[in-house]
Amino acid sequence: MNPGDSLRILPEIVLTLTGVLIMLVDASLPPRAPRRTLGWVAALGVTLSLWASLWQLSLPVGTAFYSTVETSPFTVFFHVLICGIVLVVLLLSLDTLPEDSHHQGEYYALIVFGAVGMCLLTSAIELLVIFIALEISSISTYILAGYRKGSGRGPEAALKYFLLGSFATGFLLYGIAMAFGASGTTQIYELAQLLPASPNHLLVTAAMALMLVGILFKVSAAPFHVWTPDVYEGAPSPVVALMSTAPKAAAFALLLRIIYEVFPTLRQEWAPLLWCVAVLSMTVGNLAALRQQNVKRMLGYSSIAHAGYLLAALAGLGASGIAAASFYTAAYAAMNVGIFAVITLVSGYDDERTLIADYRGLIYRAPVLGILLIFFLTSLVGIPFTAGFFGKFYAFAAAMGGNANWLALIGLLNSGLAAAYYLRLAFVSVQAPPEETRQRLALPRVGVAVAAALLFTVGATFLLGVVPTRALQAVETGAHTLQVPSAEPAPAAVSAATQQVP
Amino acid sequence: MSFLNESILTLILLAPLAGAVLVALLPDRGKLPAWVALLTTLVTFVLTLHLPAHFVLAQHGFQFEINTLWIENPAIYYHVGVDGLSLWLVVLVGLLAPIGIVASWNAIERRRKIFYSLFLVQQTAMLGVFLSLDLILYYGFWELSLVPMAVLIAMFGRKDGARAALKFFLFTFIPSAPLLVAILWLYARTGTFDFSELQMLIASGGLPAGPLCWVAVAFLFAFAVKVPVFPLHGWLADTYSEAPVALAMVVAGKLGLYSMLRFHIGLFPVQARALAPWLIALAVIGLLYGACLALVQRDFWRLLAFASLSHLSLIVLGIYGLTFTGWDGAIYQILNHGVVDGALFLLLGILEVRYATSQIASYGGLAARLPQTATLFVITSLAMIGLPMLNGFVGEFLILSSTFTGVSRGWAATATIGVILGAAYMLWLVQRIFYGPQSDLATSRPARDLHAAELAVLWPLAVLMLVMGLAPSIWIPAIENRTGPPTVKGTAALSSPALTVAVLKEAANESRR
Repeated sequence: MNPGDSLRILPEIVLTLTGVLIMLVDASLPPRAPRRTLGWVAALGVTLSLWASLWQLSLPVGTAFYSTVETSPFTVFFHVLICGIVLVVLLLSLDTLPEDSHHQGEYYALIVFGAVGMCLLTSAIELLVIFIALEISSISTYILAGYRKGSGRGPEAALKYFLLGSFATGFLLYGIAMAFGASGTTQIYELAQLLPASPNHLLVTAAMALMLVGILFKVSAAPFHVWTPDVYEGAPSPVVALMSTAPKAAAFALLLRIIYEVFPTLRQEWAPLLWCVAVLSMTVGNLAALRQQNVKRMLGYSSIAHAGYLLAALAGLGASGIAAASFYTAAYAAMNVGIFAVITLVSGYDDERTLIADYRGLIYRAPVLGILLIFFLTSLVGIPFTAGFFGKFYAFAAAMGGNANWLALIGLLNSGLAAAYYLRLAFVSVQAPPEETRQRLALPRVGVAVAAALLFTVGATFLLGVVPTRALQAVETGAHTLQVPSAEPAPAAVSAATQQVP
Repeated sequence: MSFLNESILTLILLAPLAGAVLVALLPDRGKLPAWVALLTTLVTFVLTLHLPAHFVLAQHGFQFEINTLWIENPAIYYHVGVDGLSLWLVVLVGLLAPIGIVASWNAIERRRKIFYSLFLVQQTAMLGVFLSLDLILYYGFWELSLVPMAVLIAMFGRKDGARAALKFFLFTFIPSAPLLVAILWLYARTGTFDFSELQMLIASGGLPAGPLCWVAVAFLFAFAVKVPVFPLHGWLADTYSEAPVALAMVVAGKLGLYSMLRFHIGLFPVQARALAPWLIALAVIGLLYGACLALVQRDFWRLLAFASLSHLSLIVLGIYGLTFTGWDGAIYQILNHGVVDGALFLLLGILEVRYATSQIASYGGLAARLPQTATLFVITSLAMIGLPMLNGFVGEFLILSSTFTGVSRGWAATATIGVILGAAYMLWLVQRIFYGPQSDLATSRPARDLHAAELAVLWPLAVLMLVMGLAPSIWIPAIENRTGPPTVKGTAALSSPALTVAVLKEAANESRR
């Protein structure tokens, strides 16, 4: 280990220090003291970590700590994305958490610690480090999901998420054990070289399948999705904004790393599997969402469908699939955090207005929120000149490039189906409200923090839809660096295998 | 001047958008949003008039072209341009916009700010559809045009706006999924989204024929729903009876018909030829079916919806007859339909605002009380029927005569029956609303005839109908200067463009006798 190694995990170090600082200050403050400032400290720490990630671009691509973590444009992209999401969620929470809650300190600390796990997950290249990072991120999310202890649904959500989540992590761990059994190592680059040569093909395939199950659970792809709507319904809205985007972005980064770095030679085995999961996710998610009356449950199912669109990108060949999937995570994060910000403001921390019918006349009662709601819904539908369109466009363009024409057609028809429920909500919000409720909505105080959060999400959704060039360059550079260095991945074999996509 | 020529199309696209932003930023006080919107649309209209004024007839191909890179990979260009096909359509959109504002002046009483800013966004989207020459840019505007329309229908619908809006949106959004797949397939095979390049690559025959056929079908399907063509018209009647007048007058017809000519026949002439007999049959069925249903409607918006189905089917017949004369007639008839339908919507909207109903049976004997309205309504109806010397005649004559000589006498004769039915329902509508004994409704309300702003819009439209009927030669030469499909061997039915002028001269002599 050399002293420069710590620079490779600088964002994680900054985040950890911030989290520890918040916990210490929180413990030393008197019980009744206001703790809102801690949120600003957290936001500052995350911003610093974001800068640290960007600074890492100036480091040469390479590994540290005995080849357990890596810095490359790929990891930087996901670091920036995760820190961005966490920053917006912190800003959103600052103004919407109840003032008197003396658990505020823990809340901010948990979010920051979660961010440590997610960031580490994207840069780790050693399966055990990956597992630990995943646990750090998951455990803080489990607690955050149950943060409204009083409501009954909160603990239910947390418990469900925890039980199913631990089960899925068990799958991942078992997969890791099998990979170790087949090769004698858990380092990804070494695995990439040893596994194709392993005589026990069945063991390798089983390892891959089990690891995929664990990761697909984290991204809430069907048929591992059942926890999603319940957890979304029970968790506080700002937490849903976080957990529907940031841990998923990290898990998708892991998925890309596993399938493109560890198992590129098994493409003819994982490609049909992911094809089925993608189709199943979008169809199940959209059909179930059509019937929901609760807005958060509806968006829960919609996030399952979006996981399906994203998996469709992986049918793309080589770098195009990675780039499209990375771009989609960013686009989805921008619009989904945005819509949950609007929902948080409309329904409050305690979820006073949860049904679609409660949104009737929103545009009359809170015009700006109404317009933002429609804007984010438009983006989720995938209308051009918003992030959602280019996300879908690149995902399905990549799929078509990989000759998966049917997948693209099914996906786009599905997004047509999805328009039905997104627009139901949009159209309810523009209808004139009944006379007795025509007064303005009593909104939570919209402060600088929430305004900044909304501005960030609107700006990101709009810019990714109109001038996506910079983001595209970032994902493409990232995609090209997601490869095993100096190994001979036998390009001919890979491209031959990739032709097998159904 | 050359600077203006080089950037005029961008200006045309940005002007309504800038107006929309301005409306959104200004306070929602009284008629302020309406005034800003009116000013914006007038400026846009003047900008669109720059195009025919500086359009070079002798120059073949696209003019006022702008082609700059938008996104590097995949290569998407901001590529816009006009030729004879889109030239007058752009002007038509420019013309209809201020008319739409006038029609909304008193009809929209609440949430004016949202209405006018979305209305202006809709203008940009429609202009973008006509101007784009890059398939993704085109698809972007095509989809974008749905959103303001759907939101405004949901917001300002008469009875159940949300349901009609959802129906409209899904009917047009779902077919555009195969369209995008088809575009992506073309890109995966050719590496370009550019219209002209694709046209050459497809004509050179390098693409596999089987999938290409499906691609052509996907294009056609999306456009046919938007027009709408006969069995796909389910959304039309609901949208017409729910949508605010300003939007209903632009919702059907020209976007889909233009796209058929430009992107279906333009890109896939061979495949279009194979499908043409089917479309001709569907067009004639739609023509008769729409006319028959229009005869039995009790609500004048629904009557207008089925009348539109009938008229649009006639244009589809002209397009898929695949003759040059038919295309000239079709393009001319798209313009006519825009002008006549615009005037008709405006007049019926005025009646609805004054009498608060769209049931035809409630009206009667209005001519004595509203003489100006009655006069203008009769002129417009006659133009719609296709009376010689008014504009409808020119388009219908070109389409029917080209069908008769170039396609089949049987279809032409059947289509003519539909045109005769068209006269029946329109004249019957005029008779039920304006003549006969005065109904209770007519006597119960104070008679308020058209006010100055309405007259200032309607009379120029009436004059335009007359001029378009008497002197089509103002428009036709530019229309003929279009980038048609590359000539395909064996298309014997294509007659020479000069023929249209000859046919028209003969027709004009005929009508003078």
